[in-house]
Amino acid sequence: MSDLIGYLLTGLGIGAGFALVGSGLVAIYRVTRVVNFAQGGFAVLAAMLTSSLLGAGLPHGVAELGGVALGALAGLIVGVVAIGRPGTSPGTSLIVTLGMGVLAYAIEVLIWGDQPRSYPGVTGVAEVAGARFPAHYLLILAVTAPVFLLMAWFFTRTDLGKALSACASNRYAAQVVGIDIRRMGLLAFAIGGALGGLAGVLTTPVQQVTFDSDVTLIVNGFAAAVLGGLTRPVVALAGGLLLGVTQTLAAGYGGGAYQVEVALVLMLTVMIVQAARTGPVPETAR
Amino acid sequence: MTAVVETHDLTVRYSGATALDGVDLTVHDHEMVALIGANGAGKSTLVKALSGLIRPASGTITVNGRLAQVPEGREMFGDLTVDDNLRLGGWRNGRHGRDTTAIYDLLPELTTVRHRKAGALSGGQQQMVAIGRALMARPDILVIDELSLGLAPLIVTTLVDHLRTLNTDRGLAVLLIEQNARLALDLCDRAYVLEAGRIALQGPAATLADDPRVAAAYLGGHVAVTP
Repeated sequence: MSDLIGYLLTGLGIGAGFALVGSGLVAIYRVTRVVNFAQGGFAVLAAMLTSSLLGAGLPHGVAELGGVALGALAGLIVGVVAIGRPGTSPGTSLIVTLGMGVLAYAIEVLIWGDQPRSYPGVTGVAEVAGARFPAHYLLILAVTAPVFLLMAWFFTRTDLGKALSACASNRYAAQVVGIDIRRMGLLAFAIGGALGGLAGVLTTPVQQVTFDSDVTLIVNGFAAAVLGGLTRPVVALAGGLLLGVTQTLAAGYGGGAYQVEVALVLMLTVMIVQAARTGPVPETAR
Repeated sequence: MTAVVETHDLTVRYSGATALDGVDLTVHDHEMVALIGANGAGKSTLVKALSGLIRPASGTITVNGRLAQVPEGREMFGDLTVDDNLRLGGWRNGRHGRDTTAIYDLLPELTTVRHRKAGALSGGQQQMVAIGRALMARPDILVIDELSLGLAPLIVTTLVDHLRTLNTDRGLAVLLIEQNARLALDLCDRAYVLEAGRIALQGPAATLADDPRVAAAYLGGHVAVTP
């Protein structure tokens, strides 16, 4: 029983990372109709910078914020390259994001090398209902929960958030009322970058980061996002948490080697079911 | 009378094909002007050019004041509430220009549905939201692309009444693009007839309504009987 509670809580912690990456994908896709395959790279960049900043003696909190800020900046840069030119089709932009992801590998290896990096987070062991697990997992959950509440507030209660939702809802009407959909797209990329960066800085103390860690993150984040047809952030959150828990349970009771396969099978199943129900393309860009 | 909108020799091309060819069109302040024409005559292209959504190949567009558009097909933000739809209509005004209270005074029918999703409304209600959203921009001229399309006659009457009130009480100029030529010529002071991207006819609406060419092409072949 205490094993189960431990797996659930650590699974939620891991899943929070997937949920953050997934909701970043959703934030970008809703506004721009672009699937951003550079999303996992934001997490890696942010984690790498945080490890350097901590190494340089900066306190916790400041270093992590620096990492998240780099994630947002990287998001903005990917956005400028991917959608900056008016009339770029979402398909073309998708390929551009793939290219930017590979470019990020080169930059990361040049600056930080190809060895895994990590840094200490919250040290010590937490005990909940007899289950013992690294206390850092609780920090991941304690940060992720308010971030999602803040996002919900931003997208539904502020005019800027409503304008982003308006771009997602009807791009033509957004233009008619004078919303600059390209600038909104860039803002969405920056938000996606920050969310990806946050996933990276939060999970690195419990999972080392290497330049190619983005593959695990993007596969799981995409699986979480695709559950909600890439447009529903709440479903992406639930999907991410579900994936994290499923994988931890699979690793705990089965074998650790099958973690990514769990995400892939789930994603494929969801995509096949959705395709059978609604047709292969969920929503065509106007 | 000063011109709120004036185009001079306006030409728009889509990848080589000419959609508008040397259009001269003027709407003065306090004026209601109709633009009628068949499908593909270039009406929607003119709307988009006036709103700055497409760039003309040549010619000039002068807008003195603010122009707001009621787009064809109503184009709701379907999963946002009516109130949010209206609020975003004031996007260009900045934060303090986004208070929606005045719109509910102008269009009281919207009060009861203000918290509903715009996508769940009837066509007539959506058209009213589209007009309210355009009014949020505090326009000097409203460009309406198809007011009556797909709406029940009773609803169209309500919308027309609102437009008349806005025009007489607030001096709002209106450029009405309309399939229903009879409705447009009844409502408006002047009219233009667009054919294959060119202005074929223009003049006072009453004169055009009696013109046999207009009657044959746009009024079902009958000249309106005027006592």
